[in-house]
Amino acid sequence: MTQDYNFAYLDEQTKRMIRRAILKGLAVPGYQVPFASREMPMPYGWGTGGVQVSASILTPEDTMKVIDQGADDTTNAVSIRKFFEKTAGVATSEETSKADVIQTRHRIPEQDLREDQILVYQVPIPEPLRFLEPRETETRKMHALEEYGLMHVKLYEDISKNGAISTSYAYPVKVEGRYVMDPSPIPKFDNPKLEMAAVQLFGAGREQRIYALPPYTRVVSLDFEDYPFEPSKADHACDLCGSDTSYLDEVIMDDAGGRMFVCSDTDFCRSRRAAGHVGAQGVPFEEDAA
Amino acid sequence: MYVAVKGGEKAIDAAHAWLAEERRGDVTVPELSVAQIREQMALAVNRVMAEGSLYDPDLAALAIKQARGDLIEAIFLIRAYRTTLPRFGYSNPVDTEKMACDRRISATFKDAPGGQVLGPTFDYTHRLLDFKLAADGEVPEAPTRETQTGPVPHITDFLNQEGLIQTEPTSDEAPRDLTREPLELPADRALRLQSLTRGDEGFILGMAYSTQRGYARNHAFVGELRIGTCAVEMDIPELGFAVEIGEIELTECETVNQFAGSKTEPPQFTRGYGLVFGQTERKAISMALVDRALRWQEMGEDNLGAAAQDAEFVLYHADNIQATGFLEHIKLPHYVDFQSELELVRKMRADAQAQTMPEAAE
Repeated sequence: MTQDYNFAYLDEQTKRMIRRAILKGLAVPGYQVPFASREMPMPYGWGTGGVQVSASILTPEDTMKVIDQGADDTTNAVSIRKFFEKTAGVATSEETSKADVIQTRHRIPEQDLREDQILVYQVPIPEPLRFLEPRETETRKMHALEEYGLMHVKLYEDISKNGAISTSYAYPVKVEGRYVMDPSPIPKFDNPKLEMAAVQLFGAGREQRIYALPPYTRVVSLDFEDYPFEPSKADHACDLCGSDTSYLDEVIMDDAGGRMFVCSDTDFCRSRRAAGHVGAQGVPFEEDAA
Repeated sequence: MYVAVKGGEKAIDAAHAWLAEERRGDVTVPELSVAQIREQMALAVNRVMAEGSLYDPDLAALAIKQARGDLIEAIFLIRAYRTTLPRFGYSNPVDTEKMACDRRISATFKDAPGGQVLGPTFDYTHRLLDFKLAADGEVPEAPTRETQTGPVPHITDFLNQEGLIQTEPTSDEAPRDLTREPLELPADRALRLQSLTRGDEGFILGMAYSTQRGYARNHAFVGELRIGTCAVEMDIPELGFAVEIGEIELTECETVNQFAGSKTEPPQFTRGYGLVFGQTERKAISMALVDRALRWQEMGEDNLGAAAQDAEFVLYHADNIQATGFLEHIKLPHYVDFQSELELVRKMRADAQAQTMPEAAE
C-alpha cells in the first residue's frame, strides 16, 4: 500500500495548529503550551515532539541538520534526517553553519548559532517540577502561581546531603525571571548557551507540550549565591582535535581501563581537524579518514 | 587510534532487511495472507482496531502481519496511519439498541425480553488443547436458527422504570475529541471513556481487577453485555438527512453497581459503561468497571486513594503507544547525559574522600 504524504508528513491543518502553539510559546517564553500532538510514524520517546515542531516550520528551501548526543551519525539522528529527506525533500547538511533548522536531542551545538537559524529540541519530560510533584494538575498550578519553593528546597537538600547540586543534565533554568523551565536533557555544560541569537523551540510529543525561547531571552540556571551554578565537562582536551572548550564523550578503548576523550559535537570536531588542529591521539585530517 | 564509529545508516538498512527476513520466517512454510489473519485471528484484529482507534479489519490484519504478531506494534502502525487520514466529519452516535446482536447476556436477570444469547463464546469451553487443530482445521457446521428482528432493549432500562438505577444526564453537546485536542484535566466522562476504549487492554484489565480486590470496590454486576453490528449513520449536509455509511461490530457492557446513597443521592443502582470496537468483551467489561470507579466525585463518594479512582493516573498511563514508546526509548543513546553523571559522581566521590581523610588532603 503506497501513499503520498503531505510536505513534511503532517497535514496543513495540523501544522497550523502546531504553529499556533509555537507562537504562543514564543509570546510567553518558558510556558508549556498544550498542543494536540499526533501519532507519528516513529515511537513516542524517539523525538516525536521535535519532529512535529520541525515538520511545521520547515519550508522547501530549508536545509536541515539532525543531531543526537551532538553527533550527526547516531542511529536516531540518521533515522530522523532520512524521514525529512523522504517526506519533505529538504536538503540536509551535517554542517552547523549551513543549516536553517537544527533538530537536536541532548546537546546544543558548540558553534554559536545565528539569528536566521532555529534550534528544535526533542523533550521527553517538559515539566521541570515533575519529579518533585507527579501530578500535572498540581504542577500547572505551581507555575501559574510562580510557586517554585519546592524546587529550591530540592536544590538545597542536594547541597546539604551531597555538598553539591546533584543534577548534571536537564538542569532547571528560569526564563526572563518568570517560568522555571526544563532545558531538555542537555548536560548542564550547555546551559549557558541557552541565551543565544537563534530561536529555540522545544517539542514534547507524548506529553503534548511545546515551549520556546525567543532570541536573546534571559535564561538563568537555578543556584544559590554561595553555591553558584557551574557548567562542567570532563577535565581534558579532545584527543582528536585538541579543543579544550568543547563537551567531551569518554570512550572506553580497551579492557584495561584505557580511554580517550573526544568532542561530542562531531561537526565541531571535524571542522577543527579540517582546519589543522590535531589532538593528543589524533592524526592529520583527511576527508575520508572517518 | 580511535575512529568514531560511522555507518549508522548502513546498520539501520541491514537491520531492517534482517527484520523483514525474520518476519517471513522459514520460507518453506507457506506465507500467511492478510485474509487468513483477518478471518482466523479475528480477536487479535479486533484488539488492534480497538486500541488503534480505526475500524478496518483488513488494515489491522496487515498491521499484525507486518508487526510479526506483536499487537502493540500493530496498534502503533494503525495509529500512525490513522493520523494521516482526512476528517470528513463526525457520525451520529450509534444506536446500540438497534444492534444486530450475536451475543447478549445479562448476569442480573435470568431472562429478559429479547432473550439471553450466548453467541460464539469461550466461556464454557474446557481449556484443553485441541490437538486435532494441529492436524486439520475442519469444523462441523454450527446449528442455526431464525434471526430475531426488532429492537433489543437495554436491560438496565427495565431497572430504570422503577427509578432503581440512576438516570444518566443526556446532552447533545459535541464531546471533546481526544485525538484532536491535548488531554487536559479535569476530563469529563465522555473524554475518559474515549481514553479507556483505546487504552491498553492489560492496563484497563489490571485497573478493573484492582477495584474488585478492594481498591475502591464498587461491586459490579454485568447488567448486560452485548456484541453485534450497528449501523453508522452520518448527516450529509447537502442531502439534509442521515445516510448509513456502513456498519461496525461493537461490544457494549453496562454494569449495575451497588450504591448506598450519599448526601445528595438516594440509594439506587449506578452504572459503569464500556463500548469497544469488535468482539472485545474482556476489555468492555474492564472499561465499565474503571469508568464506574472514576465516577466517585459525581456520585459524592469518598476518595479512597485507589489508583482506579485517580483520573490523572489512569488517563495518563492507559495508552500503550505512549507507554511503550517512552519505556523503550531508554535504549536510545544517552551517553552525553551519562557522561555528565560520571563527572558529577567522580567529583562527589573525590570531595567525600577528601573530607574523610583530612590529613592526607592537607
